[in-house]
Parts: sequence; structure tokens; C-alpha cells
Amino acid sequence: MREELLYRMESAYREDFEIKAFHFGGTEKTLCIVGSLRGNEIQQLYIAGCLVKRFRKLEEEGRICRKHGLTVVPCGNPYSLNVRKRFWAMDNSDINRMFPGYDKGETTQRIAAGLFNKIQGYKYGVQLSSFYLPGDFVPHVRMMRTDYQDIGLAQLFGLPFAVLRKPIPFDTTTLNFNWQVWDTKAFSLYSRSTDRIDPQGAELAVSAVCRFLARMNVITDNVYGGYESTVLLEEELLTVKSQASGLFVPLVSSFTSVEKGQPLANIIDPLSGEIISQAVSPDVGIIFFAKDDSLVMENEILFKIVGKLHK
Amino acid sequence: MIENVVTVKLPVGESLVICKNRHEPAAAGTKKLKRLCIVSGTHGDELEGQCVCYFLNRILKENPQHLNGIVDIYPALNPMGIDTIQRGFPGFDLDMNRIFPGSADGAPTEWVASRLMDEFAGADFAIDIHASNIFLREIPQVRVNITTADSLVRYAKMLDVDFVWVHQASTVLESTLAHSLNSIGVKTLVVEAGVGMRITVDYCQRLTNGILNLMKNEGMWTGPVRPVSAPIISLDRAVSFVNASVPGVFIPSVRHSDNVKRGEEFGTIVDPLTGEVRQKCVSEVDGLLFTLREYPIVNEGSLIARILQEASR
Repeated sequence: MREELLYRMESAYREDFEIKAFHFGGTEKTLCIVGSLRGNEIQQLYIAGCLVKRFRKLEEEGRICRKHGLTVVPCGNPYSLNVRKRFWAMDNSDINRMFPGYDKGETTQRIAAGLFNKIQGYKYGVQLSSFYLPGDFVPHVRMMRTDYQDIGLAQLFGLPFAVLRKPIPFDTTTLNFNWQVWDTKAFSLYSRSTDRIDPQGAELAVSAVCRFLARMNVITDNVYGGYESTVLLEEELLTVKSQASGLFVPLVSSFTSVEKGQPLANIIDPLSGEIISQAVSPDVGIIFFAKDDSLVMENEILFKIVGKLHK
Repeated sequence: MIENVVTVKLPVGESLVICKNRHEPAAAGTKKLKRLCIVSGTHGDELEGQCVCYFLNRILKENPQHLNGIVDIYPALNPMGIDTIQRGFPGFDLDMNRIFPGSADGAPTEWVASRLMDEFAGADFAIDIHASNIFLREIPQVRVNITTADSLVRYAKMLDVDFVWVHQASTVLESTLAHSLNSIGVKTLVVEAGVGMRITVDYCQRLTNGILNLMKNEGMWTGPVRPVSAPIISLDRAVSFVNASVPGVFIPSVRHSDNVKRGEEFGTIVDPLTGEVRQKCVSEVDGLLFTLREYPIVNEGSLIARILQEASR
């Protein structure tokens, strides 16, 4: 294992901002994994740390093949993590909306540029991501629908689903999008949680990355086969939205099979305690996303469902 | 007439309500009237538009005899953000001005954005009033994407601002309110003036006069309008950016909107612990300091100033 300082920035009131990487295996730029870019991506940080541990063991046992090189960047934003802010604390900007970055620009543009400069040129890139809506996902791999995506590769992770997202203008500044534009096959790997450690979810994510690498003959590792991933287009997911506001009490969690008309959640009037609305499933399917916040507004996304599918 | 244009119920006994105040002539008959939307408060920390909306509502209310068009005034597209001193929509990650045209199937903010697009559709003009952020002070200016400059600069000149900045196109800006409205035929101008969390009354008075001037030029207003200043148009000039190369405390030595010379020092970044000057902030061009850092603490990369280069002679 070789440690490298990818980016350093001085601060007037804190110790230097540093982004570190850990390299394993040979000199080829085969796979780069980026963990937390936001200050609440604790699960993503935990998974990245688990991968460092796993890759170190693989390296010590000589199980990284030929000249293949693996890189893990566990944390691209230690400053925000240390002050418990999701985004850059001074101006609330999001490093993951600044790629490919600009080295003469504003602070987070410079950080993005400094990081992107060092993690370009890899054959594969995996970002351990979180979503802009709080909730639980079925573990899945996501790719942007650009001219460069290869969903067949995403299926090699063996997670339950591989999802294609049609990018909107705001997505064009994410790491995933820019990796793909610059010839890296980029995947966003979603675990179930974000700001809490879920060891089972992390184990699933680590296995998925190792499964992918074993299937690509990058490592020799006996990983169980996982799932034969179902490919989804994000826009085909069924959306269940709230019809009322109040307290949100889910009755099902992500990766549950549901029937048409099955109650999925109750919304309770916080002042009377009465159920004022019940969200029901519009079709048979599997819960792909489930909101996990206890308060709900009118018209909020409560669930996303993969329709016409059973477990 | 005040109307609620979007209402979203919140969890505990309250609704988020976006309101507008519509002014229209008392006896319009069947005549097709032009419609202007004045939009503000997308970013909850930008308050200059609140003062402009107040001035304009008051003038239109007190002088209905001069009105010959429909003016819809929306002071707060993000009322919860203004109330809680937050730039964004509370509880939502994405910048509200990066999610237009919105989505009826999306998160509440995206749904609100799609409802607002329906609301603005069909208007002839919209003026989207911003106010920089808390970090930078701006002279009154209109920002126009180069792709729409041919049709919009003539209207921007009417708004009694000092500067019209025609900027390059960027994919990410396609998700702004202004881009989305221009795409559906609502001529939309974005105004930046002053600084976040504050009100600069003279800028607001000028912009109010500029809006009345635009209305007069378009036959929507017959009341008095003061002469407007002719703005500088950036089309043939470069904009020079000065960013902090070190962290520290920025102390300006000139006033905002001063002209500076090439090589002139306009501020320093200092270290309060050691007493050292860490960076002398020097202009690389002769020009107008149209943006100046207001918030003193800087990280490496923080924007310190933007200078509009003088026209070449």
C-alpha cells in the first residue's frame, strides 16, 4: 500500500485541508474509488475504509493481478465531515457539483480540479454516492446515460439493480458525469444509508466492488455470485407521493415486494394523532426507494417502486 | 389583487404559500395587455428584491391611472428560505435556481418549480431580481446569456443599471429560471445588485425606476419616469477575476465601484495571528471594480473582485 497526498490547501484557522489516496497493486490505472465528498456521507467513508483494508489484504496475499493498480480516496472533504456539514461550510457549495473543477476558480472548484486531475485516466471509477433526497435505497449501481455508458459492466457488480439515469443540466458537474466524459467507465454505488453506519450494507458494497474486480480479472478473489442485476431506466420507476402532510410512518422498507393496493405508509395528523392519509402501492413491484424522514410535506416523494417485478 | 399561486402543506399546521400581487388596469376591456412578472426571493439570503417589490407595489397601487398592462409581483419564490435566512429551500439539497423547469413528479421543490413555470408562462417579460450573496457586493447589473443577447440587451439597457454583463453559455445554467423562461418565449432579465442579507436603497430606487422605464417603452406605463443611466455593455470587454491565492482576512483599500489602474493594489489579505500581509490584491487591468468582496474571511480561491476592463482605445 502506498499513501499519496492528492491535494492540500492551506487554511487561516484550521490545519491544512488534505485529500489522501491509497494505492494498491501495480502501476496501471485500473480502478479508482472515491468515498465521501460530502460531510454527512458517513456510510460512504466507512465503505471506503473497508475497501482500503480489503485491498491491503489482497495486495499482501499477491492477489492483485499483473500490473493492475487500485486506488481508494476515502474522503474528499474532511473539513465538512469534521464540522458535521453536508456541503462546504463557508459557502454551502457542493464539491460534487463542481467537476471537472477549475484550478483558478473558487475554493470548491479548486478542490474539484485538484482531485479530478489526480483521479483521471483510470479505466474504471466508482463513486460511493448519496442521493439528494433522504431515504433508503435498494443497493444499486447507477450510471449516467451519456454516449459512453456501458450498462453491461454495471451488472458485473452483482447488486440487485443497475440503473441508468438521464442526466439533467445540473448533473453535468458531477464526478460521475465528468469521469465518463473523460473516458473512465464511471459507476455510482448506492448503499442503503448515508449518515449512519450500516455494516451489512457496507459488506454488500465491498463484495460488489471485489466481485466486479474478480470478474474483470483484476484480482483473484472468491466472492459469491451476488445478484444478476436487473437493469432499470430511472424514469420508469413508479413514484408514490404524499397526499397530505404530517408525521410519516412507513409500513414497508426498501427491497420489499408489494402488491397493488397494499398500504405502504400512514400519514398522521400530528395534532390529533389520526391517520389522515395512507399511501398505497399503484402496482405490484419492489420498493426501490423509501423516504426515511419522520416529517412529510404534501407532494413529497415517499416511495419509488420497480413495477411488475417480484423478488 | 393578492393571490396564492402555489400552496404546499407542511407537516405541522402550516402551509408554504407563494404569493403574487397583480396590478392591472381597472377597465381593460377585451384589449390584449402585455404582462410583466417581477420575480424575487429565489435565494433566501438575497433581499434587495424585497425593497424593489415594495417600491413597485406602492407606486402601482397609488397610480393605477397610468397602468396599461398587467404587472404580477412575486416577492418571495422561496418564502421559507427568506424566513429562516437560508439561501436554499429548507430541507432540500439543490439550489432552487438550478432545478427549473422543475418536474411534476419530482421532490416538492421541483414540483413547486414546475408550478411556477406554469404560472409565468404566457408573460411577455420577467425580471428575476437577485442580489449577489453575502460574500460579494455588486453594482446594479443585468446578466444576459450570450445566446439570448441579441434579443435581450435592448431591454436590459432600459433598467437603469450601470452594467450589462453578457456572459458565456454554460450547460449547468440551463436549469435556471431565466433560461427556462427564455426558452418558452418569456423575455427574462436577471438583475444582480448590492449584497446578500442587506438592502441598498439607492440601487433599489434605481431599479424600480428602470422597471417603470421598461414598462413605459413597452406601452405599459404612462406615468413619470426619471432619465435612466446608459449602462456599460460587456460585449467587447474582458472581465478580470481576482481570487484569493492564500487564506486569511481581506481588507479592501478602495471603494466598491471605483475605477482601478493596472498594477494598482486594491486590498490585502492578512494573517491576524502573525500580523503579516499574505497577499496584495492587485488589478491586472485598467477598469471598473464592479464586484468586490464584502465578507472578510477568505479561503484559498475565494473570489475577491471582478474588474471590467476599459474599452480599448
